Amino acid sequence: MNGFPRGRTAIVGAATFGVGKSPAYEAIDLAAQASLLALSEAGLKPRDVDALFIAQPQDTLATLSFAEYMGIDPKVSDNNRSGGSAFLLHLEHAALVLDAGLADVALIAYGSNQATASGKLVQASRPSAWEAPYKPLRPISSYALAASRHMHRYGTTKRQLAEVAVAARRWAQLNPEAVARDPLDIDAVVNARMVSDPLGVRDCCLVTDGAAAVVMVRAERARDLHARPVYLLAAASAVTHADIAAMPDLAVTGAAQSGARAYAQAGVRPSDIDVVQVYDAFTINTLLFLEDLGFCAKGEGGAFVEGGRIAPGGALPVNTSGGGLSYCHPGMFGLFTIVESVRQLRGECSARQIEGAQLALAHGNGGVLSSQATAIFGAEQTL
Amino acid sequence: MHPEAEFRSHLDAGRFMLLHSASRGVYVHPPRIAVPGSGETDLQWVPACGRGTVHATTVVRCKPPAVDYNVALIDLAEGPRMMSTVLGIAPADVRIGMAVRACIERGEDGSRVVFEPAS
Repeated sequence: MNGFPRGRTAIVGAATFGVGKSPAYEAIDLAAQASLLALSEAGLKPRDVDALFIAQPQDTLATLSFAEYMGIDPKVSDNNRSGGSAFLLHLEHAALVLDAGLADVALIAYGSNQATASGKLVQASRPSAWEAPYKPLRPISSYALAASRHMHRYGTTKRQLAEVAVAARRWAQLNPEAVARDPLDIDAVVNARMVSDPLGVRDCCLVTDGAAAVVMVRAERARDLHARPVYLLAAASAVTHADIAAMPDLAVTGAAQSGARAYAQAGVRPSDIDVVQVYDAFTINTLLFLEDLGFCAKGEGGAFVEGGRIAPGGALPVNTSGGGLSYCHPGMFGLFTIVESVRQLRGECSARQIEGAQLALAHGNGGVLSSQATAIFGAEQTL
Repeated sequence: MHPEAEFRSHLDAGRFMLLHSASRGVYVHPPRIAVPGSGETDLQWVPACGRGTVHATTVVRCKPPAVDYNVALIDLAEGPRMMSTVLGIAPADVRIGMAVRACIERGEDGSRVVFEPAS
């Protein structure tokens, strides 16, 4: 008995809006547009929402401002801020709230105009007093330090990291909504301008605008609201540190914990998963998460992704939207891993559709590999 | 106990200090009011021995005229790991496993613990 209400809640609305550049919109406008689109898929209005989950880039009281803006009177609200993984924590908590009958309709929303507003990644946290004197680039230097360990311990190469970026780009080329769709090859990634060794500019996610939203209800009501509900089978999370110096092992993330718990909740194994979305803020993330989520052995992520194995036509479809590396990265990408999972299980993905996909895994990352959160979704046949 | 303020005043006086719990036999850094996990509050300042090993390393690349610099994680001989920088060597020549020793660098923004190769 692990307590998670496996398959007892479902997503009945999932939408994105304003991916790319959305001049003249405020972040809250973008989140509102995505929310209206997601609600309309389920035939719902903002006033039908009674559980609100939101984390905005700079608005630390977003449950208040977004409830006011949308005309929502939430019985339950949650502004959990764990970085880009926050929306998977929202998913976990929304499932518990709905299953307990504390609320009936949950909305999870996010929107950012960081690309048009500042052109830089918006930082939601203050620099650590113990890091600031050394001027690491935030957050890339922390990921670079983790990458340096992975290369040292396992012999991982820059070309293997580049495979991740190229696979993401090839998926993005099949996604009309993706921001970066021009050709990219291994040499272009390896030879790109270095930012924080060993990570170059093509190892880094995009900086874009964009918004996403999902609507969740209890499973018993889901089929009345959407023809193809996507059921939540598992959601689990872990926190291992805040600053990279305190990460217990720079080559092993909390995804090993959150993933193991999620598989136990869902009653499935990594080999059962049809399509995978992991938060690829940097190329090293994908290697770490594929290992820690059990798709390959620890240390073998580099060899695993070689030869296009996670690219279109490969053995394991990973980041079919194009990911944070090539689809979009509006500051926090977690909710986009959920939306793409839903779209794949509904069969809405056209050229990038994984035929017959029934089990999808979405994985979020927050801070500097600090917060990890894993969700597993299933089509109706998996209940 | 005012962990951060006391650490900084020691540093400004030329002393790199760590917190030590006699009951747990552990050193704690960054400084805080209790031993993480077990919560003991018998923390006392003791001088760091200054010996360390490079655990992870990166070079932050800069547009000229700014110059590239090293950022590293250092495993202190006492146990804790800290972010710092290794000086006195080209930033890209810093290697994981390299033995280093601590020094205190005074700058416009205050003092900081830095490391150099332990010859």
